[in-house]
Amino acid sequence: MKQLLVFVRKEFYHVFRDRRTLLILFGLPVTQILLFGYALTSEVKNAAISVVDQSKDPATQAITEKVRASTHFNLAYADQTVHQLETRFRRNEIKCALVFPEGFAEALTHTGKARVQILTDGSDPNTATILTNYLSAILTDYIGQQQAGIPYRIDVQTRMLYNPEMNGSMNFIPGVMALIFMIVCTTLTSVSIVREKETGTMEILLVSPFRPVLVLIAKAIPYLALSVINFLLILFLGVVVLDMPLRGNFFLLFGESALFIITCLSLGLMISTIASTQQTAMLISMMGMMLPTILFTGFLFPLENMPRPLQIISNAIPSRWYYLIVKSVMLKGLGFGYVWKETLILAGMATALLLISLKRFTVRLG
Amino acid sequence: MTPAIVCRNLTKQFGAFRAVDAISFDVQPGEIFGFLGANGAGKTTAMRMLCGLSYPTSGEATVAGYDVYREQEKIKRKIGYMSQKFSLYENLTVRENITFFGGIYGLSDKVLKEKREAMIGTLGLSNEAGKLVGSLPLGWKQKLAFSVAVLHDPAIVFLDEPTGGVDPITRRQFWDLIYAAADRGITVFVTTHYMDEAEYCDRISIMVDGRIEALDAPRLLKERYHAADMQDVFYQLARKAVRSDN
Repeated sequence: MKQLLVFVRKEFYHVFRDRRTLLILFGLPVTQILLFGYALTSEVKNAAISVVDQSKDPATQAITEKVRASTHFNLAYADQTVHQLETRFRRNEIKCALVFPEGFAEALTHTGKARVQILTDGSDPNTATILTNYLSAILTDYIGQQQAGIPYRIDVQTRMLYNPEMNGSMNFIPGVMALIFMIVCTTLTSVSIVREKETGTMEILLVSPFRPVLVLIAKAIPYLALSVINFLLILFLGVVVLDMPLRGNFFLLFGESALFIITCLSLGLMISTIASTQQTAMLISMMGMMLPTILFTGFLFPLENMPRPLQIISNAIPSRWYYLIVKSVMLKGLGFGYVWKETLILAGMATALLLISLKRFTVRLG
Repeated sequence: MTPAIVCRNLTKQFGAFRAVDAISFDVQPGEIFGFLGANGAGKTTAMRMLCGLSYPTSGEATVAGYDVYREQEKIKRKIGYMSQKFSLYENLTVRENITFFGGIYGLSDKVLKEKREAMIGTLGLSNEAGKLVGSLPLGWKQKLAFSVAVLHDPAIVFLDEPTGGVDPITRRQFWDLIYAAADRGITVFVTTHYMDEAEYCDRISIMVDGRIEALDAPRLLKERYHAADMQDVFYQLARKAVRSDN
């Protein structure tokens, strides 16, 4: 036991003295979370909008106020004619425009039916669609607030469950968490073991009475501890900076994450028994894990749309199951009863990987 | 006295390649035993079998009285090992390296501390004890690595080309450390490329193509082969080799 502690302490020295390791361990997650959270989100913020109000009544003013208050829009201009809008679109001054015709409130109260025009810059169709949805939501919201008892026309209402504000980072963060652990844990464990093979210290360890199994365990412990800290850091960034909800039980999420981290560490151990140079280990862990994780986790490309063979392959990717668990616990607030199946699969994977690595590691002695 | 190492027809086969071909020899306790051979002659493979890093294909061997097939764990407690690659942790300090290796051999804190400070004193590393090993010159690293290999007072220490790439003066100092260890009763099993070092050994064996071609005290070998020095003896034997370098 004391020998194990001595070993673990040595591993911590290695980690804290190697800038590259620290960078991968903490730099990568923070950058990725912020990158995916801010840059690669489908959410649009501060889109320049112009409102052409030809009616200037309480209804149009109330709606304009709502647009002004929305973080999605930046109410940049109030134009008089539709003609002016064309110039603005061409100069790229605005992304969309809202046009109220004359007598908007009147039509609404008398006929229960009013028309409004939404103009968007269709050269960027994704943003255009998203902005249209935001504006529709604002209009629907306004109508919902009127309680005059008059049967206003009710439009088809689309609402995204669990993410009514279409907050893009919600889909990404659980996925990025999975991606980060997959890459960071496998890379660091495999590289740190292979490094000892390369430098020759592994031979010294194998000649010593220190048991090979303990070498693997001692290697994994520091990365487990640091990855748990990493998990807390990512969760903090997600919840505090990117406004992710944490609806489920924190300790359940914590436990599940620890299980996933162990799975990834075991994968790293297995890679270390295959690779004989640090470069190979790095390549397998980073490139080899990155693509399947991005493709088959389901956070960028919906698995449901994939051909059957690819769906079957995706089952073998641990991050896929972790992603489901995180979404269920964080976003839907579900308990263990809903994620036990995924948990069992992860636990099975971790055990299998660990046994294979131990076996291969001891066989190498023969 | 039971020999420190006993080998009887020890063989290692890799597929069709017989790396070590039925070698037999004894090494006496406290002896400095030189294990010579050209590259690819099978020295390292033979040594790895004795250290418990690989299983022999056939033949028998005991190290410190323990069987290499069944009692590897017991052997590990009795031996020290220094490989041809420099094998301390570069990003740990001198002191941390000693503490780590002493620790995994299960030395108690008190004993470890005494031995550590004594070693730092003997090696004249007092000023460098807190420095990273990576910043030391190669010769010092090698001396440190050797001292670490005998830190737990093993019965036998295996040295695999310990002085590769080191200048002659440092090599001489390194051998002073080896003699000191032998005086403490530690059996030294050393492979080397340097023929002047072979002269320092009590007895040497010369391996050619996986077999031991000659084994005796350096003086007797020189007489037998009518050679002026070990270089000449080695040359006469090694040129019979049919295997090329690996």
